[in-house]
Amino acid sequence: MNSIQLATFSNHAIYAALFVFTIAFFAHAFEVAWSVKNVEGSDSTVLDFSKTERAGRIGTAMMILGFFIVTIAVATRGLSAHRVPWGNMYEFSITGAFTLCAAYLFSLSKWKLRWLGLPVSFFTLLTLGTAITVLYRPSEQLVPALKSPWLAVHVSAAIISGGVFLVANLVAATYLWMEVIEKKGERPVWAKKIPSLESLDQLSYRLIAFVFPLWTFAVIAGAIWAESAWGKYWSWDPKETWAFITWVAYAAYLHARVTVGWRGRRAAWLCIFAGSTFLFNYIYVNIWGTGLHTYSGL
Amino acid sequence: MDFIAIMRWGWRQLTSMRTALILLILLGVAAIPGSLFPQRSQNPQKVDQYFVSDPTLAHWMDRFKLFNVYASPWFSAIYLLLFISLIGCVLPRTIEHLKAIGKKPPLTPKNLDRMEGFRVAEQESDVALLNARAWFKKNHFRIRVDENSISAEKGYGRETGNLLFHLSLVLILIGVALGSLFGSKGEAIVNVGERFVNTPTSYDTLSFGKFQGQGSLVPFELKVTDFVAKYNASTSMPEDYTLTASVANPIGSPSKSISIKVNKPLTYGNTKIYLQANGYSPVVSIRDKSGVVTFHGPVIFLPQDANLSSIGAIKVPDMNPQIGFIASFLPTAKSSKTRGVFSSYPEVLNPELVISVWQGNLGLDSGNPQSVYELNTSHMKKIGLHALNLGDTYNFAVGSITFEGWKSWVNLQIVDDPGKMYALFGAIFAILGLLISLFTRQRRIWVKVGSRVEIAGLAKNGIPGLSEELDDLQRKVEQG
Ligand code: HEM
Repeated sequence: MNSIQLATFSNHAIYAALFVFTIAFFAHAFEVAWSVKNVEGSDSTVLDFSKTERAGRIGTAMMILGFFIVTIAVATRGLSAHRVPWGNMYEFSITGAFTLCAAYLFSLSKWKLRWLGLPVSFFTLLTLGTAITVLYRPSEQLVPALKSPWLAVHVSAAIISGGVFLVANLVAATYLWMEVIEKKGERPVWAKKIPSLESLDQLSYRLIAFVFPLWTFAVIAGAIWAESAWGKYWSWDPKETWAFITWVAYAAYLHARVTVGWRGRRAAWLCIFAGSTFLFNYIYVNIWGTGLHTYSGL
Repeated sequence: MDFIAIMRWGWRQLTSMRTALILLILLGVAAIPGSLFPQRSQNPQKVDQYFVSDPTLAHWMDRFKLFNVYASPWFSAIYLLLFISLIGCVLPRTIEHLKAIGKKPPLTPKNLDRMEGFRVAEQESDVALLNARAWFKKNHFRIRVDENSISAEKGYGRETGNLLFHLSLVLILIGVALGSLFGSKGEAIVNVGERFVNTPTSYDTLSFGKFQGQGSLVPFELKVTDFVAKYNASTSMPEDYTLTASVANPIGSPSKSISIKVNKPLTYGNTKIYLQANGYSPVVSIRDKSGVVTFHGPVIFLPQDANLSSIGAIKVPDMNPQIGFIASFLPTAKSSKTRGVFSSYPEVLNPELVISVWQGNLGLDSGNPQSVYELNTSHMKKIGLHALNLGDTYNFAVGSITFEGWKSWVNLQIVDDPGKMYALFGAIFAILGLLISLFTRQRRIWVKVGSRVEIAGLAKNGIPGLSEELDDLQRKVEQG
C-alpha cells in the first residue's frame, strides 16, 4: 500500500473501532443494568448474572477487538507518514485512546476490573469520536522542530502516563461515588460487584506509583529534546509549566499518602485534582495556549 | 536561649513533612499565573500590549511580577524554602541510613500479636526456628537470630532509592543555578556567504549570567556557505532546514565544513550553536541622480507570516537629503482582488519587492537607538511607491533603486550552559531512585518461639503482598 492508501486504511480502522467500542459500551451498560432483578411479590432485589455474564464477556471481547483495531489504526497512520504517529493532536488522541485501552486491559487481566469497562469504553469513544471529527488532519510530514528521535520517546511516555492517569482518576471517582452510596447504608445490588472502598483506594495509589516514574521520565525527555531543538532545556512555556504542575501534584499525592498518611476521600480528591491538571494541559494548552508547543494548527 | 529555642522550633517546622507537602502544593499553584499571563522572557510584545490596553492594571500586575513569574521573589522564595526543607529532611536521614548499612535488624518486639498478619504455627520450637531461618535465607532477608526469636528485614533499597531521588532533586537545582549564574545566551542573524566571529560585538542580543565574564566565549568563527529550506508543496509547511557552514575553532585554525539542523546543533563543549529561524535579505543597489552607487548589498528583512512575506527598512544616510525605504519582500508574489499582493509560498519562485521611498532626516544622529528593521518617518516625507520584479530599476525624484537579487539569512542562537550536565545527571539519578523506591517493598517479619510459635509482619506504607508471604513462611515452618 502507498502512503495515501495507508492513511485511508487507518481512518477506516478508526471508524471500525468506533463501531466496536459502541457495542462494548452497550454490552457493559447492559451488564450493569440488567444484573438487578426484582423479586416477585416483594420490594427487594437480587443479582442474577445468568444473562448478564454473557453481556459482560461480550463487552470484554469487544474491548479487546477494539484495542487491536486501534493498534492497527495507529500503526498504519505512522507507516503512512513514515514516522511515529505523534505529530498533531489528532494523532495524540488516537494514540491516547490506544493507551487508555491498554491500561484498562492490563488492569483487567491483573485485578478483574470489568466494571471499569463502562467508563473506559465511554471515554475511548469520546476521544476517538472527537479525534476523527474535530481534530482530524491529513497525514503529513513533520515540521523540522519535531523531527527528532526524542519525539517517539517523549510523546510515547507522556501518552502512556496520560492513559494510566485517566484510569486512576476513574478509579478514584468510583471510590468517591461508592463512598457516598455507602454512607446511606448498604450498597445496592448493582454496586456489589465493584471492589471494596479499601481496594479502590489501594488501586488508584498503585496505578499512580506505577506511572509516576514514567511521567517523570516523560518530562525529562521533553527537556532533553527542548535542549536539542530550542537551545534551552526549560523555558517555562505553558505546556512545560503544566507538565511541571502535574508532576508536582502527583508528587504531593504520593507524599500525602506515604508520609502524611492520607487515605480514602482526601487522597481520591487529590488524585482527581492531579489528573485534571494533565487533562487541562492536553486540552486547554494544546488548543488555546500560545507557546513553542503549539505548532501545525493543532 | 529563647531565640535558639524559637530557631530550633522553626527548623523542625520547616523540615517537617507537612510543611514540605504544603510547599510542594504551593509551588504548583505558584507556577499557574506564568502560564496564563504573557511572560517578558518569552513574549515581550504581548506584555507591551497589556501596558497599552490597560496601563494601570498592567502596572499593578507588574508590581506583583506577574509578567516575570519564574524569576519573581515569591516564586523563588517557595522553591528555596522547599529545597532547604528537602535538605534538612533528607541529609539526616541519609546519615542514619548509611550508619545502618551492615547492621542487623532491630530486636524482635515483645508483643507480636498486635502486628499485622499475626498467626500461630503448629511446630516444635527448634524446628520452627531452623525452618524459618532457611526460608529467610532463601528469600534474601537480613536476619538477626536471638535465643528464641528471629527478626528479619527486607527492602532496605526502598530508603536508598528514596534518598537517591531526593538528593538528585538537589543536584538538578544546583545545575539550574549554575546555568543561570555562569551561562550566556545570544542571537545573531547572518546572511548566507557572511562570516560570524564569536565575540560580543557580533551579536544582535547577548546576555551573560551574573558571574560570567565577557572573555569566556568560545573563540570560533563560522562562515555560512549554504542554507536550504524544503517545504511541502501543498501545505507550505516547512519540512527540513539545513545550514552548511565552514567553521574554525580557534579563529584562524584550518576550517572544516559542517551542517546544522533544527535538532542537530553544533557543539563546542558546553556551548551549542542552534539554527533558530530563517528569512530573506533582498539585495539592492541605490544610485543618486548622477549614477554614483550610494548603497549596495543585502538588507535583512523580518518574516511576517508562514509564507515568509517579509518587511524591512533600507537607510541611505550618505545622500543629501537622506533617503529611506520601507519595503516588503514577497518570495512568491501573487495578487488577488481581496488581499492585494501577498506571498503564496515560502520559497523564492516569483520575488517581488514593494517599496515606498522617503526623503528627509533619518534621525540616526539623535542619540536614541533605532531599530534597523524600521524607518522613523517623523521627519521625512514620502516621495514614491513602486513594486519591483527581479532586475527592475525604479527611478524616483533624486535617484534610483535596483532590485538585484536576494540571499537567505539564518538566525543563530548561541548558548553556553555549564550547569546542564549536572541537571541531566540529577534527572537520571532521580528516575533511578524513584524506580528503586517505588518498586521495592520494605517489610519486617518476626518468628518467635515460646509456649507457641508466633509469626508476624509489618509492611511499610501498608504495601500489599505481606499476608501471602506470611502464608508461605507458615507453610515452611510447619513442614516436618
Ligand atoms: C520537589 C520536591 C519533592 C518531590 C518531587 C518529592 C517526591 C517524593 C516522592 C515521589 C516520594 C514517594 C516515594 C515513596 O513512595 O517511597 C517521596 C517520599 C518522601 N519524601 Fe519527598 N519529594 C519532594 C520534597 C520533599 C521534601 C521537601 C521532603 C522533606 C521535608 C521530602 C521528604 C520525603 C520523605 C521523608 C519521603 C519518604 C517517605 C517514606 O518512604 O517513608 N520530600 N518524595
